[in-house]
Amino acid sequence: MPSYVIMEKCDGCKGQDKTACMYICPNDLMVLDKEQMKGYNRDPWMCWECYNCVKICPQQAIDVRGYADFMPMGASVVPLRGSEDIMWTVKFRNGSVKRFKFPIRTTPEGSAQPLGGFPEGAGDLDAPELMTEPASTGAATLPRL
Amino acid sequence: MANWETVEVTTDVLICGGGMAACGAAVESAYWAKKNGLKVVLVDKAVPTRSGAVAMGLSAINEYVGYGKGDNTIEDYVRYVRQDLMGVCREDLVFNIARHVDSSVHLFEKWGLPIWKDADGNYVHEGRWQVMINGESYKVVVSEAAINAMQDAGGEIYERVFIVSPLLSGDRCVGAIGFSTREPKIYVFKAKAVVTAMGGAVHVFRPRSTGEGLGRSWYPPFNSGSSAFFTMRAGAEMTCQEVRFIPVRFKDAYGPVGAWFLLFKSRAVSAEGGDYMVEHKAELENWAPYGLAKPIPANLRNYLGMLDTDAGLGPLYMETDEAIQKLAVEYKDDPKAFKKKMKELESEAWEDFLDMTISQAILWAAQNIAPEEKHSEIAACEPYFIGSHSGASGAWVCTPPDMADKVPAHYKWEYKGKIYGNMTTVPGLFAAGDASGASSHKFSSGSNAEGRFAGKQAVRFAVNNPDIPAPEGVDELKARLMRPLELFEKHSGYSYDPNINPNYIKPFQFMFRLQKIMCEYAAGVTAAFKTSKALLQRGMELLTMLKEDSENLAAEDAYELERCWENIHRMWQAEAHVRTILFREETRWPGYYFRSDLPKMDDANWLVFANIKWDPKTGEWSTCKRDIAKLVS
Repeated sequence: MPSYVIMEKCDGCKGQDKTACMYICPNDLMVLDKEQMKGYNRDPWMCWECYNCVKICPQQAIDVRGYADFMPMGASVVPLRGSEDIMWTVKFRNGSVKRFKFPIRTTPEGSAQPLGGFPEGAGDLDAPELMTEPASTGAATLPRL
Repeated sequence: MANWETVEVTTDVLICGGGMAACGAAVESAYWAKKNGLKVVLVDKAVPTRSGAVAMGLSAINEYVGYGKGDNTIEDYVRYVRQDLMGVCREDLVFNIARHVDSSVHLFEKWGLPIWKDADGNYVHEGRWQVMINGESYKVVVSEAAINAMQDAGGEIYERVFIVSPLLSGDRCVGAIGFSTREPKIYVFKAKAVVTAMGGAVHVFRPRSTGEGLGRSWYPPFNSGSSAFFTMRAGAEMTCQEVRFIPVRFKDAYGPVGAWFLLFKSRAVSAEGGDYMVEHKAELENWAPYGLAKPIPANLRNYLGMLDTDAGLGPLYMETDEAIQKLAVEYKDDPKAFKKKMKELESEAWEDFLDMTISQAILWAAQNIAPEEKHSEIAACEPYFIGSHSGASGAWVCTPPDMADKVPAHYKWEYKGKIYGNMTTVPGLFAAGDASGASSHKFSSGSNAEGRFAGKQAVRFAVNNPDIPAPEGVDELKARLMRPLELFEKHSGYSYDPNINPNYIKPFQFMFRLQKIMCEYAAGVTAAFKTSKALLQRGMELLTMLKEDSENLAAEDAYELERCWENIHRMWQAEAHVRTILFREETRWPGYYFRSDLPKMDDANWLVFANIKWDPKTGEWSTCKRDIAKLVS
């Protein structure tokens, strides 16, 4: 059902008007069932399995069960995303397990400075150089055709 | 239109979309807008943190030229793109993106994207133009800089607002109309300049998986043709609408093959064990000069594999076990080093999946795939519209002003005496990323660079044209926008099951009908990517009836209204595609689509751009040939 919500863990983001999964889903699939106070994926067959709902859920209440029309049962891939890296646990159908850890960013969350510390260009709106060019290109001048 | 409030937003620059190109447009236009006292508004149907084609992440940056260090020249990149697209490319646009792309990549690194480096501090390359990244949060980092720039410049970001149509005043684009998918609100955005960067199109063709796996397209299902619709409806001339893209990927989950081809030097073979790139080498002569030059174009590599599939010699396999054994031989005297190397490569191969196609990791785990023991199946995906990759569809846009004296007359046009780069043929309407055509191989980084360039040009347009003429026909557009909701309200009580009702069609059934037409008549998977004039003409008849029935789309709520409009957008992309394949009387990209009635490439008559345009005043389509200018030797 690609992404699915684990009833026991989901708290509906404590009754706020939007849940984390609703906020993030790039395909507008996650919704809150206000009666049960649980999130759910309204059209699992339109799910890209991008895992953004899984990664953002504060309760770790969302998992992905691979597309039933071509995935044999029994495997799982579970992320744990921190502020600097992400840990993955890949469980095979035959029970074997692999774990991986990869960095996700080198700067503190929220800190990206638009100019990236590069000096600004000449500031000419009619010139082809963009805001930090030529400095950010790594060359002395911007190439011309 | 009961109870839906209309919200009017007036701005100087409007950016439609939130992906890599739109975030580029935002970061750059915010900078220039602040300097010039202007306002920028960005509208995304999702949230920029995780929207667009990079929503899941990526494991590599596919366009990095490295000209600052003398690794390659901009001209090298232009030649590479021209070769891959069988000669059809706007060299001025590719040149422009390539000269700005390194700057985007260097900014990504500063913003916090981990780019792999070797012991000397140089980027680790997967291929000549590709650099390896830890890209799980690629989009998070790139959008963060855009959001911070917008905040600093006093701009506004509207999330969960779906853009339906352009607003026009005479020939000029002066805004956009859309609606909230969260509240009952219609949004009317009025702007001096509009940048469209709403991605390419998926689900125009029927995917291979049609059950729960319907959403497992290679390119994301939420890229629904909104850029194409927006530019076409504004009356913009479109280019390369026939140049779809079909990637060959690991079968069903569509995981990336780049690491296996490029890092492991793996071969792809048919079930008979033959390497189709070797066995069918002679076929490449039929596609000279492109077939005989290196690198062999993506579509021709597809085609040689398809020859085996068509002959019933499938499945095709990626020889992962053989590649790993070859490596073992290289390290035969040092088992410890081999073990270390294998651990490194295993992690790289899995990261390739986990960064950008997590489904592929599930599929390998579910099938107990140990790549060192057993090969894995690969297959051609269904067709997609993605001008940023090895496809080329998009709007026909104006050359950068500093190149104006180097390009032919049909590559440039003025508005009130000035040339604006990346402006479509509609004044005030700019395009970037998958929205602009004939500038393939920009990928994520080049889309961002092109977005930045278009963003700056849009600010320049807004400075030079400070008026906002009143948009025409807003009330009519509002009524059209809401029509699916009204149809549902009016008729749904007639039948027990509101999904089956003779008075209307629901958006998903409509999408399935579109996909069936395209798949069977316009060279989809079930037609083995082949078509002909007869099939296309029959397909057009069916599309015409579908278009008539689009007036009867019905939506139960805002969510279904979003799906209705996405599918109308897809349908327009489909029509432009069929009309352009019909117009181009040859086969040029045999591994993308094959005209069985015109099976040869015809450079004498068709080494040209095939452009198409829909006229908003008459509702008529017209096609034309545009000459290709060779600007780089």
